[in-house]
Amino acid sequence: MSAHPIRMAGIDKSFGPVRANRAASLDVAPGEIHALVGENGAGKSTLMKILGGLVEPDAGTVEVNGRDVTGWSTSDAIANGVGVVHQHFMLVPTLTVAENVVLGNEPRRGMLFDRTRALADVNALIQRTGLVVPADRRVSELSVGEAQRVEILKTLYRGAKILILDEPTAVLSPPDVRELWTVLRKLRDDGGTIVLITHRLDEVIDISDTITVMRAGATVGRMKTSETTPAEIAKAMVGRDVALSVPGRETMSGPGATADRPSSAAGAPLLEVRDLSVSDSRGIRVVDGVTFSIRAGEVLGIAGVEGNGQTEIVEAIAGLRDIAAGSVAVSGHDVTRATVKDRRAAGIAHVPEDRHRRGLILEYSIAENLVLGAQDEFSKRGSLDGARIDAHAREQIAKFDVRPPTPTPAARTLSGGNQQKVVIAREMGRSFTVLLAAQPTRGVDVGAIEFIHRQIREARDAGKAILLVSAELNEVLALADTVAVMYRGKFAVTMPARDATPEALGPYMTGGNSRDAA
Amino acid sequence: MSESFRLRAEEALLPSIVALLIALILGDVLILMFGESPAHVYGRMIEGAWGNPYGFAQVLYKTTTLTFAGLGIALALRAGLFNIGAEGQLAAGAFGAAIVGITLPAGTPGLVAVPLCLLGAAAGGLLTGGLPGVLKAKFGAHEVIVTIMLNFVVLALLNWLVVEHLRTADTLHTPEINAGAVPRLSEFIPAFHGSAANVTFFFAIAAAIWCWWYLFRTPGGYAVRATGLQPDAAEYSGIRVGRVWIKAMALGGILAALGGTNFVLGYKHYYEDGFTGGSGFLAIAVAIVGRNHPFGVVLAAFFFATLSQGGLAIHALVPKQMVEVLQGIVILAMAASVPEVQRALRSARKVVAA
Repeated sequence: MSAHPIRMAGIDKSFGPVRANRAASLDVAPGEIHALVGENGAGKSTLMKILGGLVEPDAGTVEVNGRDVTGWSTSDAIANGVGVVHQHFMLVPTLTVAENVVLGNEPRRGMLFDRTRALADVNALIQRTGLVVPADRRVSELSVGEAQRVEILKTLYRGAKILILDEPTAVLSPPDVRELWTVLRKLRDDGGTIVLITHRLDEVIDISDTITVMRAGATVGRMKTSETTPAEIAKAMVGRDVALSVPGRETMSGPGATADRPSSAAGAPLLEVRDLSVSDSRGIRVVDGVTFSIRAGEVLGIAGVEGNGQTEIVEAIAGLRDIAAGSVAVSGHDVTRATVKDRRAAGIAHVPEDRHRRGLILEYSIAENLVLGAQDEFSKRGSLDGARIDAHAREQIAKFDVRPPTPTPAARTLSGGNQQKVVIAREMGRSFTVLLAAQPTRGVDVGAIEFIHRQIREARDAGKAILLVSAELNEVLALADTVAVMYRGKFAVTMPARDATPEALGPYMTGGNSRDAA
Repeated sequence: MSESFRLRAEEALLPSIVALLIALILGDVLILMFGESPAHVYGRMIEGAWGNPYGFAQVLYKTTTLTFAGLGIALALRAGLFNIGAEGQLAAGAFGAAIVGITLPAGTPGLVAVPLCLLGAAAGGLLTGGLPGVLKAKFGAHEVIVTIMLNFVVLALLNWLVVEHLRTADTLHTPEINAGAVPRLSEFIPAFHGSAANVTFFFAIAAAIWCWWYLFRTPGGYAVRATGLQPDAAEYSGIRVGRVWIKAMALGGILAALGGTNFVLGYKHYYEDGFTGGSGFLAIAVAIVGRNHPFGVVLAAFFFATLSQGGLAIHALVPKQMVEVLQGIVILAMAASVPEVQRALRSARKVVAA
């Protein structure tokens, strides 16, 4: 078996006017973990869809294990051991882990589903791979990390030898990521081939053996991980030098980055939160007596594993969730019971964590989205002022570099990075004093991350108070003046950014040090 | 701009047209099963509906009620709410207009009486549409259940009021109104003689234009559509979703209720028990086939009115349920074809663009 598991060459694929792949190539050697990196819209997913049989290329050849398989179907791909683990879980929540894994290839006894054998088979697979999940538990009761292991098990159960993982760490906590790495290395050492799609450079360095970089549909580089640096990869991805605050390695070890900041101690407190508690629909306290204040020119970063109350604390401050106890004040005015609209008028800008659900009306045009919430101000004698909305859109599009640079396309048609820029433009393009930024760079490419971070820094320098919530520890460390870790609805620890390192914060994120913190 | 307008118009109209063609073909099969020639039957239908002034005027009369009720449903649907209560709202509107018309002294000038009667109708719609909106916003009561049930409540209540308090002897209707009647179209176009078509037809067209302006040109309509598309995003932006629901249901109820004036002010000049005859339910199909666009609603109302009027002309050839079957097929074809046609349109465009 000296043939390469995957060899794709000269792949062209257009969707209408969009050339998703142009002469793209991919060459994966046996027994390696291969990272496929590139900005959003660089053509990574299309290339992998072609490999997985979902999409047929316009030109080029696809070879798997030395055999020409150009234009094969998904069932061919599965039958030949190529398995894709999708970014969005495709699991049936009401079924057990074992049932989900065997779904589609159920072991039978006569006409009936052989539950005992399914469980035994899946347990054997878990043993062999080290993907530890309770096989008889319902998927709805699993954590996100566990659910992802089920996805991988599902693919392996169907006999995949070539495993394609699409952004597998997007939803994982750092310990889950480490565990995933262990499993992937074991799969590789057992003779599997792994292609990992990602745009987190620190992960690429951590896990991959070889890297293929794509830009604008074409393959622009192939390098050995041991012989390159994050800066070099980022440059290949974007096509120019990038100020690598995130997610590069440098900041991981460099708390000195905070030293060159203007001192922020002088500002007046703009956001004051006292003993804030929030209950969820079942009455459970998801935010439990949190107190903090943010001064003008200060960034408070909340780190932590997702699901520890970060979403709820932001939504409670924004007015989207009832406050069970405590108070919120903006510039000294109490807004604990104010409507969303009144809070916005009081100076709160809010970049929500889920732009598809909250941040944008996807069917509305860019111009319409840019006035969301301000539609009354963009009206004249009871009618929307189309000319002013259009002019406002053109101005903001130019200022925030939204592409395509026209006001009419529906938000749905934009790439993730440009959708986020529309949200940022709307929230930061008007006057505000407090910015709530929840996961501001989630699912956004390197170039846009750089841009968004610059916006946040400029807002800080302009004397705004900023609450940053991010699952990316590096992002928090790069931007925040003060870092808090949230664990089970409380601040487990709060420390100045200069003392905050992944090593210092890590234990608090899993509750390990919560007693010492008190 | 004109290019994007063309694309949008294509996307809006084509699914409806495809659905109508499918219904036409399935109708062929049915007609053949009755041993008649489809061309002959359809010819007679068209002839009956459009081939003579009286038939055409009757189509306009039926279009009026269906347009108002269809707009009432479409407006609520734009806010994400399914208003099944148009039947009761039509009746409540008709009753409200009749009460005002009966109360006013004879000889009240039309310029005063007609607006007052319209207000009476609107009040009926405000109550019957607004109540489900309030229950939805305050208690989370599902508007489909509430509006369906409210139909029975409203119709039974009006029946009781008419029978016990307002009845003219030996009938099931109220006394005639003293003021507020509007002219029939036959007063301007003599050929329409004998038809019930009246000036409220123009009110319906005006209502459609207002609806379009409201939905697509005002901040209120912007909030309504945002709420219907993504309530979470609307809430995030400061739109008070509950208030939008109440407003959309109330406006929808008012629009549907105004449809009752077609019968009361334009035709019989009294409220009669059971006059709606299911128009409020047919209007659901009108809103869906009209794709919730005010102008689409007018076209769809005209289409269903044609089907209904043309159906009268073919009773001799095929069973009279034929028209109802055709209506059902149109609705099914619409539901099945809209996503399919849109997908096909988009991929066809991709090919063309490439």
